[in-house]
Formats: sequence, structure tokens, C-alpha cells
Amino acid sequence: MSLKPLIQKIPRWMLLYYTLFALWVGTTAMHIPDGYLSPVTCIVMFVLALPFWVRGVQKLREKMSAKNIPIVALFAAFSFVVMMFNVPLPGGTTAHAVGGALAAIILGPEIATIAISIALVIQAFFFGDGGILAIGANCFNMAIVLPYVSYAIYQAISKHVALNSKRWIVGAAVGGWAGLTIASFFAAVEFGIQPLLWHTADGTPLYAPYPLSVSIPAMVIPHALIASVIEALVTALVVAYLMRVNQPALEIVNKTQITPETTSFVRWRALWVGLAALIVITPIGLLAPGTAWGEWGAEELTARGLSFVPKGFQQLSGLWSAPMPDYNVPALGNANIGYILSAVVGILIIIGVAWLFSMLITSSKNKSSEISTSK
Amino acid sequence: MSQSAQPSRSRSRSGFIERTLVDINKTLEQSIFAEKISRQKGLLQAVDPRLKVIAMIMLLFAVSLSHHLTVIAALYFCALALAAVSAVPLGFFIKRVWVFIPFFTGIIALPALFITPGPTLLSLPLGIVITRTGAMTALFLLLRVGTSVSFAVLFVLSTPWNNVLKAMGILRVPDVVVLVLGMSYRYIHLLLHIANDMFLSRKSRILRRMSGAEERRLMAATSGTLLGKSLQLSSEVYLAMESRGYRGYPRTMDRFRMYWFDWVAALVVSFVIAVSIWFGR
Repeated sequence: MSLKPLIQKIPRWMLLYYTLFALWVGTTAMHIPDGYLSPVTCIVMFVLALPFWVRGVQKLREKMSAKNIPIVALFAAFSFVVMMFNVPLPGGTTAHAVGGALAAIILGPEIATIAISIALVIQAFFFGDGGILAIGANCFNMAIVLPYVSYAIYQAISKHVALNSKRWIVGAAVGGWAGLTIASFFAAVEFGIQPLLWHTADGTPLYAPYPLSVSIPAMVIPHALIASVIEALVTALVVAYLMRVNQPALEIVNKTQITPETTSFVRWRALWVGLAALIVITPIGLLAPGTAWGEWGAEELTARGLSFVPKGFQQLSGLWSAPMPDYNVPALGNANIGYILSAVVGILIIIGVAWLFSMLITSSKNKSSEISTSK
Repeated sequence: MSQSAQPSRSRSRSGFIERTLVDINKTLEQSIFAEKISRQKGLLQAVDPRLKVIAMIMLLFAVSLSHHLTVIAALYFCALALAAVSAVPLGFFIKRVWVFIPFFTGIIALPALFITPGPTLLSLPLGIVITRTGAMTALFLLLRVGTSVSFAVLFVLSTPWNNVLKAMGILRVPDVVVLVLGMSYRYIHLLLHIANDMFLSRKSRILRRMSGAEERRLMAATSGTLLGKSLQLSSEVYLAMESRGYRGYPRTMDRFRMYWFDWVAALVVSFVIAVSIWFGR
């Protein structure tokens, strides 16, 4: 089937709407400001992110020899500055990249989590980019999902390959693309569950107003087509450049792994990467045949065939409202999404609790209360 | 980490260098301005930073929890009043919040006006209907984002970065992280200057139009070089730390003390937060 008649069938207001939404997504990306997510979501996301921060800090401490502190600090600063670079695109346009995949490739995902989180915290506190209550959510998407996914893919593609192989570049590009796309999916889910869960008695959504059926395509499609491509481009170009002139930079991650605890580290890393990949892949696999998007489009079209626009509006509105607490939203396949979502949340909470327990049991040795900002 | 796809105003081929220079300088300017205000005399500047961190987070929660627009609006006016007594130029404060930051929130809120189901508020030509529910949703979003951003901006403008960091200690942020945060912030400025110099020197040597591929190579080479410089710098910084007696445990010099003024402020702000959460139910 050719694409053109399909596009023509889409109502014009919908095209306009998605253009505006894509514009918004393309410009503010995943820096979720305060006010979009309910406080409960913010807290849940914070709790979900916590074990990864603990892991990152632990990694820092155990690998430390204190020498990693300046590396992480400088890398966080580097990520911040590199985000300011305008990447020239065809047609005279420019765009910014995240650099999260690059951080993961050079530092490894655990420490990249800390470096990116720090860049995010500085942005939120100091430049008003992204909310403060939403720091948990933003860090989860951009400092955890992005580096872990990118790194897993990069590793899978470039492992056991000579340092001058093209596969390093390919791995970097694919990793960057997939990492950011999947991160945008997570952000879309966070947005999309807001109107389902939090609204006033008369159905007015209290926070982000769009349901999953809108937020997922509106976030993921523009990211997959634009932002993730930019991320892939930048990651690949910089890795290619480093391969030519600064290969030691690409080996930092391997070097720091040579610690007395190599075995346990490798075991843990494999577990975390595996888990992250599993969690990430599960909903995608189920979503693909889940026809949430297509089903909705078809119904919308029949509705449009039967009546004129205002009624179409109402029909659509009927589809979209129905905010049931048990995710049981008719015709959207949201029951599916809700299911997967709770599965993901469940898994992550279990991991979090298990992790906190092991923390309680094993640690409390490294408690120095003094803090400082001086070097 | 934001990525923005902005259409270029001119088709000039070396535009990306200029745009990057503009972005870098704006960031530097912004942080210098914030630092300047945080050193002036004012109400918020006098309050203990630990109290400010907690109060800001609680206020953000109050804004976030409210189910009533009036409560959020009242909190916004509190923010305005605080700005007025804390040497923050009001015009700048309002502009910064309402023009720059949630500008795109307007775009996201707009379609909600039409597609949220509910009783009709306004019928426009072409069968477009603004629903009451839609208008409420859009207002909620705009007001909530604007007010939250206002409190965050107030906090940042009234607190020197060093004190923000120290105050994070009481939020149980680990010392390693606080140390890294402090160093990152410091080196962001150095790296911004370095990047600025790199782009300026490059720009001064460009004679002809560059092709897109050349531009991208240039961008990648600059990023890669900056990365190399950062790594080199990090080992120098480490040596510097070691030479000054760093042994893996950061230490801090001054501690904060709560004065009567801080207790009064704590009392007032707790009252405001309690009232707004109560009325916002």
C-alpha cells in the first residue's frame, strides 16, 4: 500500500496537532519540567532510579583510588558543554545531541549514570532545564535507560573486535539511536499514565493531559526520526574521531575494570545490563503486535466516515476519556500497556528492594559525613 | 539533556559555529548573572540554604499536589513577593519564567483545549470547540509549570552554588556525588571557555563555505578534542588534589548555623505549605 492515500486519510487537525506536539517534543525533548508529572509519579521514578545511583556511587568508590572523581566530574562537565554544540544537519538546520551514549561508551553505564545525572541536576537547579521534583524521572530516562541500553548494544556489536574495526563506529551509532529512542518511550509512558491516574471528579486531567495512545507515538516517532538519529550521528562521529587520534580514551572503560574485584564486577555488570535489556525489550515486543495505535486509527476513521468533524471529535473524546483506575481503557489496548507497565514497575521495585536490602546488609562502612566542594 | 531542532534563520554555511558560540556565551552570562544576584542583600539571601532547599522542595510538592487553580495562583504570588524582597528584578523574573522556560508548555497545552472531552466553553468557526475541561487542563498545566519554575529560579538566584552543594548534604546526597557536582560545575565554566576559544579560532580561519559533511567532521573533531582535553585535565586535577593532601575524603570548612531569623522563616514557610496543601486538596 502506498503511503500517500494513507496520509490523506488522516484528518487535517490531527496532522496539525501532531506537528505541534512533535515540535514541542523536538525542542524540549525529555527534560520533563515540574507540573507534568504527579508528585506520586515523581517519587516512584525517584525510587526506581535510586538503586542505579547507589550502584554508580559504589562503583565510583570501589574503583576509586580517588582518581575517578576528576574523570567523572570532567565528563559531566564535558556532557554539559557538548550538549551546547550545534550539530549541522542537511538543509542548514542544527540540533543538539545528548551525549549519553558517548558517556556510557567511555565510562561504562554505571558511572555514566552518575555523570549524566550530575549534568541533569546542574541543568535543573541552575538553568531551569527540567524540573526539580522530576529529577528522578529525568534521570531514569536519560541517565539510566539511555546509557544502559546504548552500552549493551555497543558492547554486543563491538566486543572482541580489533580497535580499528568499523564495528566500533556501527555499535556506537546503533547504541546511541536505540538508547535515546527507548528512553523517549519511557518518558512517553510516564506522560501517558498521568491522565489515567490523576484527574478531578469531572475528568479534568491534573497533570500532563495526553493518554498513552497519544504520548507514545508523539514522543517515540519524532525521537526515532530526528533526535535519536542526531545522537547516533554524534556518537559515531566522535568515536570515529577518537579511534583515529585518541584511542586510549576508548579504553578507559576496560582499564578501570582491571581491579582486584574484576570477577564480581563483571558478574554484576552482566546482571544489570541483562536485566535492563530484558525490561526494556519486554514491553516493546508485546507492544508491536498490540495494535494500540492502528486499532485506534481505524476506529477513528470509521467514526469520521459516519459523521462530520464535531461528532468525530466527540467520538474520539469518548475513546480518550474513560480514565479507569485499573487501566481498563476500551479500544486502546491500554489494558495491555497497563499490564506491561505494572510488570515493569513491579520488576524494578523488586530489584530496588532487593538492592536496598543488600545495601543495608553489606555497607555502612563508607560513611563519611563531611562534604566539600573544594578539590 | 536537551536536543532542539531549530530551523536556521539564515542559510549561511558556517552558521552552526556562530550558533554554538551564542549558546556558550548565553550560558556563561546566565551563570554570572545568577551569581551576582545571589551575592546581593535580600530576604532570601539571608536564609539558611538548608532551609531553602527543604522549603523549595516542599513548596514544589504543594504546587504539585494542589487540585485548585486558586491555590497555585496564590503560591505564584508568594513567589513574586519573595522575588521583590530578594533583589531579583521583577521584570526579569517574570520574563524568565513566562517567556523562556514554559514557552513550549503552551504548545503542548494548546491541543488539550480542543480534544479534552467536556462541556462546551466556546464554539469557534469550523466546528472547533473549546471545552471547559480542556481549558481547565491547559490552565492547570501552564500555571503549575510556571509556578514550579518560579520557585526553582528563585532558589537558584538567591543561593550561591557552593551553598547549594553544601545544602545537598542534608538531603543525604553522598559526599562523593556532592564533590563531583562541585567540580563539574567549576569545570563546566573552564570547558565552556575552552570550547569558545576553539570555535572562535576555527571561525577566524574559515575562508569559504563548508559542505555539510565537512561541518559535521569539524563538529566531531571539536567534540573529540574537547573530550581529550577534559581527560587530560582530569588527571592534572587529580595530581593537584593529591599534592594538596587529598586522601579520598573530602572535608568542608564552614558549617551552617540556624539563627532566630531562620527559625521564623521556617515557621512561616511551614505555615504557607500546610495551608496550601490543606486548601489544595
